[in-house]
Amino acid sequence: MGLESRLGQLGVVTTTLEQAVNWARSGSLWPMLFGLACCAIEMMATQASRYDLSRFGMELMRASPRQSDLMIVAGRVSRKMAPVLRRLYDQMPEPKWVIAMGDCASCGGVFNNYAIVQGVDEIVPVDVYVAGCPPRPEALIHGIMKLHEKIRREKLVETPRS
Amino acid sequence: MEALIARLRERFPTAIQDVITFRGETTVVVPREALVEVCTYLRDEEGFNMLADLCAVDYLPRTPRFAVNYHLLSLDHRQRLRVKVFVEEEDPAVPTVTGVWPGANWHEREAFDLMGIRFEGHPDPRRILLPAEWEGHPLRKEIPVVVEEIAYSFNKARIYAEKPFARE
Amino acid sequence: MAEAEHATQLTELTWQQLRTLVSERALTGETMLLNMGPQHPSTHGVLRLLLELDGETVVNVAPDIGFLHTGIEKSCEHRTYQKVIPLTDRIDYLSPLSNNLAYCLAVERLMDVEAPPRAQYIRVILAELTRLASHLVWLATSALDLAAMSVFLYCFREREQILDIFELCSGQRMMTSFFRVGGLWRDVPEEFEEAVRAFLDYLPRRLDEYEEMLTENPLWKDRTIGIGVITQEQAIQWGVTGPSLRATGIAWDLRKAMPYSSYDHFDFEVPVGSNGDVYDRYRVRLAEMRQSLRIIRQALDNLPGGPVRTPDRKVTPPPKEELAYSMESLIHHFKLWTEGFKPPEGEVYQAVESPRGEFGVYISSDGSGKPRRVHFRAPSFVHLQALPLMAKGGLVADLVAIIGSIDIVLGEADR
Repeated sequence: MGLESRLGQLGVVTTTLEQAVNWARSGSLWPMLFGLACCAIEMMATQASRYDLSRFGMELMRASPRQSDLMIVAGRVSRKMAPVLRRLYDQMPEPKWVIAMGDCASCGGVFNNYAIVQGVDEIVPVDVYVAGCPPRPEALIHGIMKLHEKIRREKLVETPRS
Repeated sequence: MEALIARLRERFPTAIQDVITFRGETTVVVPREALVEVCTYLRDEEGFNMLADLCAVDYLPRTPRFAVNYHLLSLDHRQRLRVKVFVEEEDPAVPTVTGVWPGANWHEREAFDLMGIRFEGHPDPRRILLPAEWEGHPLRKEIPVVVEEIAYSFNKARIYAEKPFARE
Repeated sequence: MAEAEHATQLTELTWQQLRTLVSERALTGETMLLNMGPQHPSTHGVLRLLLELDGETVVNVAPDIGFLHTGIEKSCEHRTYQKVIPLTDRIDYLSPLSNNLAYCLAVERLMDVEAPPRAQYIRVILAELTRLASHLVWLATSALDLAAMSVFLYCFREREQILDIFELCSGQRMMTSFFRVGGLWRDVPEEFEEAVRAFLDYLPRRLDEYEEMLTENPLWKDRTIGIGVITQEQAIQWGVTGPSLRATGIAWDLRKAMPYSSYDHFDFEVPVGSNGDVYDRYRVRLAEMRQSLRIIRQALDNLPGGPVRTPDRKVTPPPKEELAYSMESLIHHFKLWTEGFKPPEGEVYQAVESPRGEFGVYISSDGSGKPRRVHFRAPSFVHLQALPLMAKGGLVADLVAIIGSIDIVLGEADR
């Protein structure tokens, strides 16, 4: 391994449990396969050939909320969808994180009207907001990296949050 | 198209209230009592075999307030025709054309959902786009477009203090 | 009544409403009611289906839409005609430029202006590229539903190249809003032609590759042939258009039947199927992609020069140089962007052949700077309505193939 050869004889590696857990959590986030609107297409593009999200340990999109720990709200959330979205969030096991992808999910975007929830943070607590309409795949990846940083700083006593 | 209008006038001397031509598109205005009859004739005799679209319009403050547009398409003659029915605000009801074109079903449900036009005899008169417990019909002109005040620097703090953010 | 209460809890419907949707056997528990969606990997968005199953057989399907209802038609009434264009992008987010095209053509007819020839040709090129991109996503996702993962990865690789061309023109990957009333936002850059030609040379080989993978693949044929059949009469009665109509054998294509934006200048064929099943829809779409390539090549070869915005000052703002010395131009420019242009009172309906079918725009103008009513005729909305026709009596596993084959976009169905 590269680490040993550089450091010489490395018998014991010490770290805190917190760091180890956070490192593991951030390294294999499983997003929920959950697309709403335009941003979902960019989310698919992020996963597909050119941008290849599996570089970050995220190739496994789970269709079931029970198996996922990251919800990427990709697109506008209508008033009819809002209770469904909250139920999906409640079904996810702790610890869980939410990315609001795109302007509509972040603040309602261009659709300031009767049908659209003005920001998904009215329904679920959001960790990272990604701007853009729709955000480029690079922007989404940037948001995910920011979430990784945030997870690595988390305190174990904070989870489960409730 | 002129020949078609002439045939229509001959066949339904009282039912054709008006014929409007604007930018090469023809609109035939009929009363709602004659709607199904005219539509059946247009489908069977004039070849308008497809109902491309159906939509309701709110003409506030004019009376009659609402109109329902039927965009007919004839695949054989490569023609389009718009049939229009005006209805009053007090009684926004139109007979259904699902018996003529079954595809009108969802279009009529949408017009009911968003504009509040009742389609009499419709097989499944439910809301389609909005949640079932929704009150009102949002495409009507009296419903405001903007629902949330737009945040600027001077009112941002107040708006965000009132906004119902989700908690864990 | 105990079963009935259970059922109404499941579907949020009243007892009477449920009876119209399912057969009596569901209420006695003989058949099973199953909820599919709104969060499901193969509903292509947020579609909810209430299924009544007898073992593996689908007895009834009741689609429930509206989970993506955006109120776009209401928002349009609040904006000037020019500012509606970005909203039209977001209706059918797989083919934004087709929507732009339909809307711009409708307003142009309302205003009685016409885009110059160069703009019309570039519109055709971009609209056909959009069709290719949309069909690629369709192929990717519908193949993924039938467990062909590699096709998904290949198709998205090709789609990225089309998005690169869009980005080259407009600076945006998806929601370009590149078309304006009276022409284009601006002329395409110099590198445009080279990029498109490179793509034209590249894609046919890839299409051959997909056909090799799928067309004669016994697994693919087993899952698609004879599945989700719709007859010609049914298709016309229910308003089905686009590839789903052509798969039944009717050569109805608005680009041929009612040409717009100088589509009559190009030589192309309308591919048709014969059985109206999932396999024919697949064949028709793949053949259409080759025809799109033909159209793009012809348009590039004969691309006329000249302006890309109509000189009509009713809709086109004055050029920037003029603002420096002409007060009238400055005022006119200001008025165009604050109040917008004012078309005469009237109503128009303009339809284009979008990748999914007839995408129509109805505009009712009251003579002011904002439309009285804008209505979009969404092919996905109409096709979803015909889904029960195709799915009834089939197997529940085939439902996924059928939903994939009619190529719905929920953003368009719900608007």
